[in-house]
This record gives sequence, structure tokens and C-alpha cells, in this order.
Amino acid sequence: MATLRKKGLVNKVTIHILLIIGALLSVFPLYWMFVMATQPNHVINKLPPAVVPGDKLVENFQNVLENIDFFGAMWNSFVVASLTTLGVLFFSSLAGFAFAKLQFKGREKLFTVILITMMIPPQLGLIPQYFIITKLGWLNDLKAIIVPGLMNAFGIFWMRQYIKDAIPDELIEAAKIDGCSIFRVYWNIVVPSILPAFATLGILTFMFVWNDFLWPLTVLRDESSYTIQIAIRALQDAYVKDYGMILSGTFWATLPLIVVFLIFNKLFISSLTQGSVKQ
Amino acid sequence: MVSHNHTHTAVRPKGLSDKKKTALAGYLFISPFFLLFAVFGVFPMLFSFYLAFQKWNGFGEMTFVGFKNFSLIFTDPLFWKSIYNTIIIGLLGTGPQLIAALILAVALNSAIVKFKSVFRVAYFVPNVTSIVAVAIVFTVLFSEQEAGLVNATLNLFGISPVSWQTSEWGAKIAIATMIFWRWVGYNSIIFLAGLQSIPKDLYEAAEIDGAKKWQQFLFITVPMLKPIIVFVVFTATIGSLQIFAEPLIFGSGFREESMTIVLYLWREAFTNNAFGTASATAVSLFLLIIVFTTINFFASNRLDKSGK
Repeated sequence: MATLRKKGLVNKVTIHILLIIGALLSVFPLYWMFVMATQPNHVINKLPPAVVPGDKLVENFQNVLENIDFFGAMWNSFVVASLTTLGVLFFSSLAGFAFAKLQFKGREKLFTVILITMMIPPQLGLIPQYFIITKLGWLNDLKAIIVPGLMNAFGIFWMRQYIKDAIPDELIEAAKIDGCSIFRVYWNIVVPSILPAFATLGILTFMFVWNDFLWPLTVLRDESSYTIQIAIRALQDAYVKDYGMILSGTFWATLPLIVVFLIFNKLFISSLTQGSVKQ
Repeated sequence: MVSHNHTHTAVRPKGLSDKKKTALAGYLFISPFFLLFAVFGVFPMLFSFYLAFQKWNGFGEMTFVGFKNFSLIFTDPLFWKSIYNTIIIGLLGTGPQLIAALILAVALNSAIVKFKSVFRVAYFVPNVTSIVAVAIVFTVLFSEQEAGLVNATLNLFGISPVSWQTSEWGAKIAIATMIFWRWVGYNSIIFLAGLQSIPKDLYEAAEIDGAKKWQQFLFITVPMLKPIIVFVVFTATIGSLQIFAEPLIFGSGFREESMTIVLYLWREAFTNNAFGTASATAVSLFLLIIVFTTINFFASNRLDKSGK
């Protein structure tokens, strides 16, 4: 009995050590990003490497502001991510409602088409998309990110599944008999009962757009239209590399999302993983 | 039958029936997606196939060149190098990562663990960080200097400094580490969700039968997790084939040892203005994704059969 308990204790300690080492490795690069954001550039060549914060926090960030329009880029990212998210929530729930609850010819076939589009790699159409954006005169315009971003097959799929289970058919029929138009049914009955689905899809979309790189890099060539990802990439791509400054920009660009994540961590984790588990 | 139907509709009183109104609303509500998809989905896709057979610099006339773009890229050693690199980086970045994720998930799932939610947050936070930020931080971590944090740490174990950014394996390992770091926690939480859905009495029954912990893991946990493992491998494979930002930022541009397929495509298009060969690359990438998806599909099917 005593040896068994001892073995249990050893197990417990081993598992905890494993998990703690994992957690430290997981958090360390972020902590270290902060450390470097507070150090002068020459520290990068110093042995042993710095692992505690220095005193250049403000100075490094001032250098960032001299090199890129940091707040402008943050604002652009915020505008692009918010508008895309709002649009995706609206159009996806509307289409999801139609696929879940409205009868029309070809419904199942059209839904299958939507599922198939989810499997097409986005790079396949990248070049023609770039020329379409050019033709529309949207190069260096945030519309170039927002409008194509509204095309979200996963959102429709997600909303359809949710609406199908969340809202009884009788409720919709009853509202229709009471003389509600179909859009009213959507607005007054569907929307209020799918708020959790909005939260999940909203977080997924916002995060995706905020962190997206390939497409903004392709169509936003002018500094005034840069999103924050493109702006910090420009900082890193500069000829003279001041790593204190580069990591300062990267740190301040990353911080807001991490803070929001820490506050709403349960919702974030369930949203970002649910999408894949439920399929 | 037909005439019966006919008389039935004739009896209908109002102009636009309820059924028709509903159908009309249905089409209206799904139309935004299909309109956008026509402009930004179908058309670009088809046009990519068309462009793959044209010579075009983006400004002047297009000229039809048949399969020349394909023969150009297929005879370019860098194209093959980029496919090789993509596969190696993908394998290095996902293989060990999925095993580590599974181990972490099993550890997290054990009943004796305290502060589970703290661990979950710590493991998940890299995934909230943008790839650009990750790549920049890792560029400095994996600095070629002796004083770079990774090199300095290796030095403690007597390993001499590695040129992470300019050596064949250094660059690949560094990029794979970024992918590992950003996704291991995410996947472990997906595995954890799967673990929690395995009925406890399976383990209890095995315990009574005298099965050891590792036997329980191999014969209960892994088979029960199979659908999730298959899904994670699918997404990881497709994700790996699309690696772009990490090598672009890490190698400071288009270095040979870290050139991936999408990077090759992007360089052909937007720095070389060779939109024909770039489109041929896009088509090749598409075919490659289909091939890998099919392999995955058959592999998981076989696994299914041998499991039974």
C-alpha cells in the first residue's frame, strides 16, 4: 500500500514537471520578446544573452513610431477585422438560416457546393484575384481585404449546423402564421437565439483577419494602407536592423490580442478549437 | 399524376404563394455568398488554369505557350527544391509536434493535475500570436551569432553554433520549430477534448483485466482518438503545403534552403512578374494538395480496416 502511494506521488510529480516545462517553453518566446523590446540593439550580440528586461522600453517604441505609422496600421487592422467580422456574421447567419430552415429547390446541392469550396486552397486563385482587385481600383484600399473576406463558406456551414439544432421549426412556422416576414423571423427569432454561435464565429473570423499575412502583403503596397502585420514585417525588412526596435514593434502589436485572449480565454479556446472538433 | 398536380395549383387563391415567398427569401439570403464566390472564387480559379498556359508579365499581351510554363518550372531545380523543402519542413514541424501534443493532452487529462486551466491558457497563447510576430521573434532566437539565445543554450551542452538562417538543415529546423511552437498547444487541446469524450468505464474494465497504463494508451486511447487524429493530420498536411510567411520573414527573403512552394509561386508572380509560370506553380500546388489529401484518405481508410 505504501509503495503504491509512493508510486502515485512520483507519477504526480513527473506529470507536473512535464506540464510545467511545456508551459514555460510555450510562454518563454513571448516573455523574451518583451525582454528584447526593452533592450538596446547591441545586447543581441552580448554573451550571456539577456533574459531580464532592460530600460529601453520607451525609447525603442519611440523608434518604432519614427519608422512606421504604428497606430495607423493598428487602426487599419482593427477596421478590416471588425468590418469583415460583422459582415461575415450577418451574411453567414442569413445564409445558414436559409440552408437550415427555408425550403427551396436545389438547397442540398447548393449546400454541397459550399462545402466543396472550403477545400479549395486559397493560393490557387491568388494571382487572378490580385488582378481583379487592380481592375476594381482597390489596390492599397482596405476594401481589397474586407470584400473578398466576406466570402466565408465555413461561416455558413457553422451557422447552418447551429441554427438547425437551436431553433425549432414550429417557432418559425408560428411566427410566419402571425404574419412575420421571413426577414423578420430571421431578425427577431433567429438572431437572438444564436448569440453563442456569433461569439464563436466572430472570434474565429476576427483572429484570422487580424493575423492574415499573404493576401494583405499582396494587395496593400502603400504604407498608409498597411495592416499591423505588414507594418511590422516592413520594420523587420528595413536595411538597418535595430532588433530592440523591431521586437518592440512586434511586442506592442501582439500585446492587445494577448490581453483580450487572457481575459476571455475560455471563450477563445473553445471557439478556436470547436470549429475543428465538431466537424 | 400530372393533371392532378395541375388542377391542384389552379385552385390556389393568391398571386405569390407562401411556398414561393419562402423559396425566394432562401435564394436571396444565400445569394451574397454565391455572388462573391463567382467574382473572387470561381473566376480566379478558372483564370489560374488559363494563365498557366499563357506567357504574361502582367501588363502587355498574353501569348499562348501551351505547356511551356510547366516545362519551365519542372526543369527549374529550385521548383523541385521548394517542394522538397515544403515536405521536409512540414514533416519536421508536424510529426514530432503531434506526438508532443498527444503526450501533453494525456498528461493534462489525468485526474491528479492541478491548475488545468492555467496550463491550457499557457499552451494556447502561442496560437493567438500572429505568424509574422512568431517569425520575427524566432529570427532573433535562432540568430546565427554565437550570442543568439538558441546557440548560446546549445553551447552550454558543448554544441558549436549553428548557422540557422543560411544552412540547409538549420533553416528547416528553425522554421519547423516555429510551426511546432505555434500549434502544439492548439492540437493538444483538440486532443484533450477527444480524450474527455472517451468513456471512463473502458479504462476501468481494462484495469480490472490487468492492462498496464501504456497498454491502455495504445489499445484504448489511440483507437478512440482516431477520428480526431485523422482530422488533425489532414489539416496539418494541407497547412504545411501552404507555408509562406515563416520562411519569407525568417530567411529575410527568398533563400534557397527555406524556399517553399507558395514562396516560389509568390516570387515568380510578384518579384519576377512571370505570371504564367506562377500560375503553373499554383496549379501544381493544387494537384499536389489533391495527391496528399488522397494519400491521407487512403491511409486513414486502411488504418480503419486494420483496426477492426
